[in-house]
Amino acid sequence: MALKIVKGSIDRMFDKNLQDLVRGIRNHKEDEAKYISTCIDEIKQELKQDNIAVKANAVCKLTYLQMLGYDVSWAAFNIVEVMSSSKFTYKRIGYLAASQCFHESTDVIMLTTNQIRKDLSSPNQYDTGVALTGLSCFVTPDLARDLANDIMTLMSHTKPYIRKKAVLIMYKVFLKYPESLRPAFPRLKEKLEDPDPGVQSAAVNVICELARRNPKNYLSLAPLFFKLMTSSTNNWVLIKIIKLFGALTPLEPRLGKKLIEPLTNLIHSTSAMSLLYECVNTVIAGHDVNGSPFLPPFSLALFLFLRFQLCVQKLRILIEDSDQNLKYLGLLAMSKILKTHPKSVQSHKDLILQCLDDKDESIRLRALDLLYGMVSKKNLMEIVKKLMLHVDKAEGTTYRDELLTKIIDICSQSNYQYITNFEWYISILVELTRLEGTRHGHLIASQMLDVAIRVKAIRVFAVAQMATLLDNAHLMTGNVQRKGICEVLYAAAWICGEFSEHLENPMQTLEAMLRPKVATLPGHIQAVYVQNAAKLFATLLKNQEGNTDRTAAQETSQLMIDRLPLFVQSANLEVQERASCILQLVKYIQKLQQKDVEVAEEVIALFAGELNPVAPKAQKKVPVPEGLDLDAWINEPPSESESEDEQPKAIFAKEEPKHSRARHTEVDEKELAKRREARKQEQANNPFYIKASPSSQKVYQEAPGVEHIPVVQIDLSVPLKVPGLPMSDQYVKLEEERRQKERVEKKKKEKKKRKEKRGGRGKKHDSGPESEEDITPAHMVDIVTEEMPLADSEKLPVRSHRAAEALKSPAEDGDAESPASQEPKKKSSKEKREKKKDKDGDRKVSVKNGNPTRETALWMYIYGAEIDIQGNLQDGSQVVVSVIFENKCDNFLKTMEFNVLDSLNSKLQRPEGSGPHDGLSVPFQLPPGVSNEARFVFTMQSIVMPQKLKGTLTFIIKDSSTHEKLDFKLHFTCSSYLITTPCYSDAFAKLLESGDLKCSSVRLEGVNMPFHHLLARICFHHHFSVVERIDSCASMYSRSIQGHHVCLLVKTSGQTVSIDAKCDEPTLLGNVLDEIKQTFSQC
Amino acid sequence: MQFMLLFSRQGKLRLQKWYVPLSDKEKKKITRELVQTVLARKPKMCSFLEWRDLKVVYKRYASLYFCCAIEEQDNELITLEIIHRYVELLDKYFGSVCELDIIFNFEKAYFILDEFLLGGEAQETSKKTVLKAIEQADLLQEVRPHVVTLHYE
Repeated sequence: MALKIVKGSIDRMFDKNLQDLVRGIRNHKEDEAKYISTCIDEIKQELKQDNIAVKANAVCKLTYLQMLGYDVSWAAFNIVEVMSSSKFTYKRIGYLAASQCFHESTDVIMLTTNQIRKDLSSPNQYDTGVALTGLSCFVTPDLARDLANDIMTLMSHTKPYIRKKAVLIMYKVFLKYPESLRPAFPRLKEKLEDPDPGVQSAAVNVICELARRNPKNYLSLAPLFFKLMTSSTNNWVLIKIIKLFGALTPLEPRLGKKLIEPLTNLIHSTSAMSLLYECVNTVIAGHDVNGSPFLPPFSLALFLFLRFQLCVQKLRILIEDSDQNLKYLGLLAMSKILKTHPKSVQSHKDLILQCLDDKDESIRLRALDLLYGMVSKKNLMEIVKKLMLHVDKAEGTTYRDELLTKIIDICSQSNYQYITNFEWYISILVELTRLEGTRHGHLIASQMLDVAIRVKAIRVFAVAQMATLLDNAHLMTGNVQRKGICEVLYAAAWICGEFSEHLENPMQTLEAMLRPKVATLPGHIQAVYVQNAAKLFATLLKNQEGNTDRTAAQETSQLMIDRLPLFVQSANLEVQERASCILQLVKYIQKLQQKDVEVAEEVIALFAGELNPVAPKAQKKVPVPEGLDLDAWINEPPSESESEDEQPKAIFAKEEPKHSRARHTEVDEKELAKRREARKQEQANNPFYIKASPSSQKVYQEAPGVEHIPVVQIDLSVPLKVPGLPMSDQYVKLEEERRQKERVEKKKKEKKKRKEKRGGRGKKHDSGPESEEDITPAHMVDIVTEEMPLADSEKLPVRSHRAAEALKSPAEDGDAESPASQEPKKKSSKEKREKKKDKDGDRKVSVKNGNPTRETALWMYIYGAEIDIQGNLQDGSQVVVSVIFENKCDNFLKTMEFNVLDSLNSKLQRPEGSGPHDGLSVPFQLPPGVSNEARFVFTMQSIVMPQKLKGTLTFIIKDSSTHEKLDFKLHFTCSSYLITTPCYSDAFAKLLESGDLKCSSVRLEGVNMPFHHLLARICFHHHFSVVERIDSCASMYSRSIQGHHVCLLVKTSGQTVSIDAKCDEPTLLGNVLDEIKQTFSQC
Repeated sequence: MQFMLLFSRQGKLRLQKWYVPLSDKEKKKITRELVQTVLARKPKMCSFLEWRDLKVVYKRYASLYFCCAIEEQDNELITLEIIHRYVELLDKYFGSVCELDIIFNFEKAYFILDEFLLGGEAQETSKKTVLKAIEQADLLQEVRPHVVTLHYE
């Protein structure tokens, strides 16, 4: 026996303990998994031994591994073994392991019941403590049932250490085994008055948690808790009690009255922010509830309201705090108040706007949420202006997108209720389109459409704005990153087409819509472009046929016929279909035009009729045509059973439904009216209810009939249509001026009134602060809701929403025409292809600095060789070449591959993994007439010599699907390695004095140009900058990407120019001078 | 409180305590997600975030993040105090605690936590009482690991 113990302890010396394991893992960072698997093997060996110390050590290590994410469920039984050790050291480890690794589905838990019971009744309080702690983590319903009595006994243990734990764990037991609550409750209640504060607070904790789930049963404890609240000084306990009262007050309104006093005291006196926050939160929450079902007597309500104001004040202090956490919580609580008492929050607008500047994004988002609820007619413009500023400043697209959606949400909420001037809103939307990289183009587009359709008075303005957008479409499509925003063009095109009669310059817009660049837009947008180009075309025809000059109309048709084929070739079916349909139509119109037939009326009939916004439930308003009985069966219903009598069935079908329906609606209306009245009464009596502002109702009443829209004349001091200029600001100013004017007028009127009424009632009219109703909107939205009665003029067309009159007579001609017109088109494309083949013979094009020498299918301009400055900072050997590809033929070009034959000195940078002779694919395709730019990076060994690189461009012409090849030469001049670098004259002088530079000079004869032109030419072509110029003498400087200094002294006398040059690299200098010489020999 | 996690700036978990029954898989998923979210936050940001239907309260002490998940009605500020109190306890026990103390004596860190919180509720608000309980329990423990002197790298 003794020997065994000795042997055991010797073994232990060689075991790894936890520290060794941790250290081992830290030393095996590369092969952690492998190391751990060997460790686990060792642990398995250790667990097989009889020595409990070894086992406990192994279990301890397993607990660590479990935290690292390894599965240790296989050792569950060993954990139970260690738990049942009689020694505290091991028991502690065993319970810890169990509490970390066991969960409800661990089956060995069943085996632990007796062991735990034994430990609970252990004479050693720490054994009991450890068991209770462990149990709190892995208690199952079975364990709870079996051990509930034992734990209940422990609640009256002599040691507070045990009582405290027992009370807390009872909560877990209640959750798992609710039946235990009833017998345990009296004892739990007793513990609220336990002499030990720890036990007391544990009992408060448990009851508070229980009450949160089912407050009703705990109302009887309220007096006890009230006593505790007024006597306790422990903040942890106080917070729990206040939370408990928060749950109880909704059930017992009188409680709220009693609580006010102590809560107010706490709010005033406490220095603990957590307690203050809890109090404020409870008051706010209590307010919610007190407002509606349990109406307190009026005096109490007033009292509560004052307290409530106090809370808002306290929240303001929180938000103003420099601690981010308090600020966040303050805003959070504010948003709770906002739901019930928006007015109280609105007075803190300044503060919330300030929070938008916060560094912390979560605080900014909270503030944004608040703003949404705070806007009114009065402050909308101001708030949105502030938000727009933030949009400009915001870094990070997610936050910016969030801002954007919030702006739109704020403006469009409850049917644009707060917008008084829609011109302003349209300008805001237009400004938003300038956002870089937003995803919400679609959202902006739908807003534009919605406003333009529903606010009739705004259409003229909207159309003008949209035309500008279309004109500047390249700003949105140019950059790939701005993909999302091009959705806006969808709306712009549609608005310009649909309301084309308002366009100032329809021809220009039509041209903008038919630009070749449009073909790069997404398909659904192109489709709208094509369709609306047709609408525009119709309007144009009408205008032009009014004139005596017929050629204009014919030119318009020709424009359509020229441009539409681009869309007919589109890969998008929708675009293709619409385009070919419209193309045929226009061709036919052209024919008629040539015969001097007036067609405009008929063309415009295609798109006649107005689109009206339709409410989701508008169907109900459609008048039932005479003679249509919706209740009548179309076919006789199948008889339910043969045996039944015919007679009663007929009565059922005819009379019953009508009768019941009529009665139903009648009762409904009466009942509704009654209820409404009752509700109004109730609301009127409720001081917390904020009365519906009459203005919102007004909107509904005035909505039908465009004529009633009170359009206010605006004296515009600033021209509105400055493209590319943010304009919304001026509306804010205008609005202010307008209000000012209104106020003055109103005062005048009032004065008049008062004069008239003089001697009557001497009642003073308070015209101090503007109220909501005073603000007359400049425009109104057509609000389409079910409540809105339809004006007669707005009766919905019964059959279709667009009256389309068929053009019957021409249709026959058209049919005969179409095959004929197809024929020549095919021919022409064939011809073109042949022409191109002819040229295939000599396709060698040497492309040099932007001067393509020959016209081919593809033009390449090589944009000098621009030098990538970023690259040169690191190794000074990178040159970026920007190539513009322009498709000059009529076919689609795709799969372009750019390749250059590398020389020893210079190499094209290719992606990793590709061979030295592989081409680079150009990342785009080219529709006819389109140009695009690609960049290629070259690596240069030496830059002292000019280079010529041969290269090829291969591409596929879509229709012929043949590979075509284009050879070119890239000319890297030495000047292209120079970067314009400014240099101060003193630094320049020092450089010359240093004597490190080699000298060289050149003379140019017969240069016939002013000196400053000459200098400009050197600066432009050879990237020099002028350091100093005195009369006919100038010093110039430049630097190469590898840091060579090049200095020039240029002198001129008559037609002779002499250039003295110095450089630390004579070869480079010689070549640069040669290039300069060449530049001037060409002119 | 639903659970408490301690993790390093590198995202390594140093301690975990779950007061709600969850499967290992869920625990791992939650841990991974939360560690990522919290580490992504900038230092000047506030200590609270809404995560799923819970509120997460975290605080960074030196290289360690202490992170608790609480329910909707719970008080964020008191949770911050709980975290702070736990750090103070560790500090008192180890004598200016560092991350390595918690790594190498992780079972001690658990014992302290268990004396302070039970079932997700604070069981003892007095620092002195907690430390006294731990010390006495330690006395009961056989002298074993302290024979080995610890060399921190």
